[in-house]
Amino acid sequence: MNGSRWTMIVLIAVVTLFLVSWAIKSFPSSGDTISWPSIRHAFFVTLAAFVTLAIFSFLYKDNPYYKFAEHLFVGVSAAYWMCVGFWSTFVGNLIPRISPGLSKFFGVPYKEFTFYYFVPLILGILLLMRLSSKAGWLSRWALAFIVGTTAGLNLIRYLRSDFISQVSNTFVPLLVQWKGTGAFFSDFSLASGGQFTLMLTNWVIFIGTFCGLIYFFFSKEHKGVFGAASRVGIWVLMITFGASFGYTVMGRVSLLVGRLTFLFDDWLGLMN
Amino acid sequence: MKRQFLLLLLLCFAVAAPLATAQTAEDSPLSGEAAVAVSPAPGPVSNIQLKDTDNDHGHSVTLSWEISPDDGAGLNNVIGYEIHRALSPEGPFVKRAGVPAGSHSHVDVGSKEESSPDYMKDYIDYYYKIRTITADSAVNAESTVAGPIQSYGQWFNTGRVPVLIFVACFLALTLYFINRAKGGADLYVRPLAGIGAVDEAIGRATEMGKPILYVLGLGTAADIATIASYTILGRVAKKVAEYQTGLIVPCYDPIVMTVAQETVKASYADAGRPDSYKEDMVYFVTQSQFAYVAAVNGTMLRDLPATNIYMGKFYAESLILAETGALAGSIQIAGTDEIAQIPFFVVACDYTLIGEELYAASAYLGREPLLLGSLKAQDYAKAGVILIALVGFILLNFGVDGFKEFFFVSN
Repeated sequence: MNGSRWTMIVLIAVVTLFLVSWAIKSFPSSGDTISWPSIRHAFFVTLAAFVTLAIFSFLYKDNPYYKFAEHLFVGVSAAYWMCVGFWSTFVGNLIPRISPGLSKFFGVPYKEFTFYYFVPLILGILLLMRLSSKAGWLSRWALAFIVGTTAGLNLIRYLRSDFISQVSNTFVPLLVQWKGTGAFFSDFSLASGGQFTLMLTNWVIFIGTFCGLIYFFFSKEHKGVFGAASRVGIWVLMITFGASFGYTVMGRVSLLVGRLTFLFDDWLGLMN
Repeated sequence: MKRQFLLLLLLCFAVAAPLATAQTAEDSPLSGEAAVAVSPAPGPVSNIQLKDTDNDHGHSVTLSWEISPDDGAGLNNVIGYEIHRALSPEGPFVKRAGVPAGSHSHVDVGSKEESSPDYMKDYIDYYYKIRTITADSAVNAESTVAGPIQSYGQWFNTGRVPVLIFVACFLALTLYFINRAKGGADLYVRPLAGIGAVDEAIGRATEMGKPILYVLGLGTAADIATIASYTILGRVAKKVAEYQTGLIVPCYDPIVMTVAQETVKASYADAGRPDSYKEDMVYFVTQSQFAYVAAVNGTMLRDLPATNIYMGKFYAESLILAETGALAGSIQIAGTDEIAQIPFFVVACDYTLIGEELYAASAYLGREPLLLGSLKAQDYAKAGVILIALVGFILLNFGVDGFKEFFFVSN
């Protein structure tokens, strides 16, 4: 059997399965009569299930069904976000502040004329200048403005949250609730709120932060004591990444469970 | 006999129940009019101080007061305070908030949006009074009217002075090292394994006659990771132009695409091959995260690039991309400052630039005085952090807490 015939057989099988699934889902399980909403609902549930399976087919290898799902997904999402951008930013935000006539035209309530809304409008027009071969250079002004201002704003934000806060959080006591060696060993406990755990946490914060910072020091070769501290730093980082990896994978498994629940419950109805 | 006993029991209950109810009503201060009579009104709050809230954009007034003498003492029947505001001393007063007993202050924050019903206009007079409330809504005490007070914004947030000092120090360091780099000083930057691999990977792609896939991630054009990625893209594009290898740059964000197009175009011009540049090397896919991933995965399996480079900001798609690239047999180099995604790149890529290494890579590759200077400034800032943290740590462990307060930054 040649390849094209095999492809045709698979296609016919898929279309047949789709139609059968659609027909079965269209009949309400409670014994009610078939209706237009139930037919429509059955179509979309079946389509969603087939598109999900088409995406899953990527696990086998690239194939026409994956390509179909991919192009459908990309096309629909690109169009959707363009519409969201137009109606929420341009019509929803800009128009009501610059023109009562246009507000009326688009059916949005006019708010108040705000002159500085012309700044993003002009920057937007400058960006569109890229379409012109002669005036294309003007778009760089808008790009420079966007990149420069937001990078500057981010600098302050990160300096506050990641830098200064990090510095002050490193000031930790190494001997928490210390009442002497005897008391420490007589009251020894591995409880999460216990003295030993609190002290261990602070030691890890202190050593981890210092060695981690040394690892990210690029102006000096990592040799000798400096190199040893750097190696401790990368160990701390890797242990953190390992914990983060496990934690995130568990989150992803829940996404898979959600999709399988859709297939087995919403589509096949096997979970009731 | 049993029936007579039950009748007696019922009779006792019938007589006792009304008596018990009457007793309960007398005991409870919250039930019935009798309770009002025995629950005297608490004393009002006194010495209400009003001031415009410091270090804000306006639309807010801060109140402070001395609590009622019956709050936690005296009659001890105060359960909270209600803040009321009016535009004139005569009213009408509108309730703005409620705070629990024991509170000495409250910040009345209004909206800055004129369309909001909670809008609080700046530079007009406001009057406040505070009602001391008890468990019985009918029993309360009102303070005298305080005011007028006006809200207004400040130009300078004094709570952020530590940030200003750090920015000034960092800028001074950056300018100093940029000048040194411009003056021809040899500024050492230690080699990074991932960066050495970039040239190797471009060479491999050229030998195999396959393209290089460069993914800028899901960040916006202004994310620091994306900005660092532009520099690396510029360097990669220049090498690609020199070797006449293919380059594919699918973009998630239209602005990122525009900047990437400019970067690649400039690199091709620098390499002396402006004619080889094609606009569709850098293209927009979609702004939907997983649709973008589906499209890039498809590209990986159909075009089979020899090298995949992921540099920028990545989220949940990182492992999907890196795994598909590994399946396609490509050499993979990744770099991101998104902590949660680094582990995925570490396990699925051949080389990974961790966090700040991404920024260092752009300076290392670019070798431009501006980038080298800022990298050196970052290193010295880190040395400063180590020193400050050490001093703070020692002081705290010797019982001096004041040093830590300097690093407190208000919102």
